[in-house]
Amino acid sequence: MSKKEHEKSSVRYGMVIDLDKCTGCMACAVACQEENNISFLKDDSIKTRSINWMRIYKLENGKKYPEHRHVILPRPCMHCDSPHHSPCTFVCPVNATQRDEETGIVNQVYPRCIGCRYCMAACPYYARNFNWWDPTWPKDMVEMLNPDVSTRMRGVVEKCTFCSHRLLKAKDKARVNGENPKGIEYTPACVEACPTGAIVFGNLHDPESEVAKLSKDKRAFRLLEKLKTEPKVYYLSSHEWVRKQGDNDLK
Amino acid sequence: MDKDLIPEGVKRCPFPVFALWVLIILAVIGWGVYAGIIILWKGLNVTGLNNVFGFGLWITADLGVIALGAGAFFSGFLFYGLSRWFKSLKEIKKIINLAVIIGFICYTGAMLVLALDIGQPIRGWFGYWHANVHSMLTEVIFCITCYCMVLIIEYIPIILENRKLDQIKVLHHFGHNLHEIMIVFALTGTFLSFFHQGSLGGMWGVLFARPFAYRTGFLIWPWTFFLFISSAIAAGPAFTALICKLLETITNKKLVDDSVYELIAKLEGWLLAIYITLKIADTLYWAFKTVPSFGLKISKFYHDPYGFWLLVLELGICGILPAILLVVPKLRQNNFILFGALFLDCVGVVVNRFVFTVQTLSIPVLPFEKFRVYIPTWQEWAPTIAMIAYGMLIISLSYRYLPVFPRERELNPAD
Repeated sequence: MSKKEHEKSSVRYGMVIDLDKCTGCMACAVACQEENNISFLKDDSIKTRSINWMRIYKLENGKKYPEHRHVILPRPCMHCDSPHHSPCTFVCPVNATQRDEETGIVNQVYPRCIGCRYCMAACPYYARNFNWWDPTWPKDMVEMLNPDVSTRMRGVVEKCTFCSHRLLKAKDKARVNGENPKGIEYTPACVEACPTGAIVFGNLHDPESEVAKLSKDKRAFRLLEKLKTEPKVYYLSSHEWVRKQGDNDLK
Repeated sequence: MDKDLIPEGVKRCPFPVFALWVLIILAVIGWGVYAGIIILWKGLNVTGLNNVFGFGLWITADLGVIALGAGAFFSGFLFYGLSRWFKSLKEIKKIINLAVIIGFICYTGAMLVLALDIGQPIRGWFGYWHANVHSMLTEVIFCITCYCMVLIIEYIPIILENRKLDQIKVLHHFGHNLHEIMIVFALTGTFLSFFHQGSLGGMWGVLFARPFAYRTGFLIWPWTFFLFISSAIAAGPAFTALICKLLETITNKKLVDDSVYELIAKLEGWLLAIYITLKIADTLYWAFKTVPSFGLKISKFYHDPYGFWLLVLELGICGILPAILLVVPKLRQNNFILFGALFLDCVGVVVNRFVFTVQTLSIPVLPFEKFRVYIPTWQEWAPTIAMIAYGMLIISLSYRYLPVFPRERELNPAD
């Protein structure tokens, strides 16, 4: 693989999720489903086929009562910042998924996707979902679909976009107001919905931003760091057993 | 009834028997087509694929048949490329028509199944229009489609040698002229095949976030690139020989000299020995250097039903064993051992493709995710089996109506 890095800008949108604050209410997942017009299945209990851009995991420490502990870990797309390419953008044969080097967001072009699912094989986080059926929503919900987010057709892959449609709106607003749209602050739906403020979002390359400061916290870790995917989603946990479950370790 | 279409000087079974055989094959193909229609109409939800197993039976079968179909390009390379310097390779001429037909079947069959596998078949051409130069799959799309065209061009002169078609002057000259420039297509096919066989291996080796599949390599090519090429050339001609032997058994005729089988067995034995040595070296390096760098042990990858037995099967029973049986001259003198070893050789390459496709995806990378098992549905089996039936149909029609085996008349004087 070529070691040449693409030129990166001073803006890298990323996320920090504080697992010590997360209560597992799943408001983030619900907000995401609604904001992004995510399709429903007849039976959404089939987790290997359901579409969940924000997937909620339950991690346990493996001990019995009274030492048993668990945490809830919300997992969006990591928008991997690995040099040259993310695992998924590297393999897509038709450039239907690309990393925007201006923002660091890994996007998905639905009308270009041929549904080969190679990107799904490449992703270690199971962040990508395939449309196994034509999209459907409960009848009344169809009228409430978000007009800023295109719906997807059967046979294409979709995933968390860090609500990039909200970024586009924020950029437009900035331009109208005569502000610099580069690195503009905006809030994804999951961040907005979280009642405990466990999810923080912003520019990781802005040292003054809360997300940049939290990413350097001593409690901070990322999932599967040894793979060198350079995920842009950080987690905070004061529990060693939680941090250990973030990666594979020989110890 | 179709006596005039049958090549001169050879006998074929009565037409009603042949017609019945074709009807049975068409019924199986019809079942596959029916499943294909359901898939295109209702969507891929009717399969056993899911968000964990994006690839399954079809990709395994496609990779397998493409590897087994490598006999076409490799035989062409040996005969048209090397036989002027290595005279013994001229024996390949006696089986090369069959190799081309098998290649044609394998690649066209794979393309038909792939049309079902992608979620948006009508967008399949986007691989050309929106090509990602970094993706191994782009290279696969390019080379497989081009090589399919080469195989069609290589098959045409064989078809034009049909007794009736050959009588048409313009077709006779066209076929003759194609034969004259066949070396161009053979060497083009070698070039294209080298790259797509390699890229099919490269597809797995570049997955740097999947420790089971990832391999280091040379420049942009992971070692799996070279291993897939070498396993394909170690199994492709073996498959051709097996099909030929099967045809001989069914038709009760001698179609090629034993010297052809002896040559293929010796060649495949050494190629398999070289491949398995490289494969074992690669596996050891991956197991003891690459995997630990990800914080893992290889024992974590093997979980029922995709257990350690797969490694033993692939490398031992279907790798080291047939290599020894084919390399040792005294052992390969025995027909049972020779063809048994060729069979194990072919099984090994299919197991290798299965391991990279299905086993890779069954293994979770996140520590808190779980192992999963993939079970294909009948809608997946039907087109796969239909692809095999399609191959049987093409071989049956070719054997009956085309002079596929130049030595058939001499080897069967009673006819």
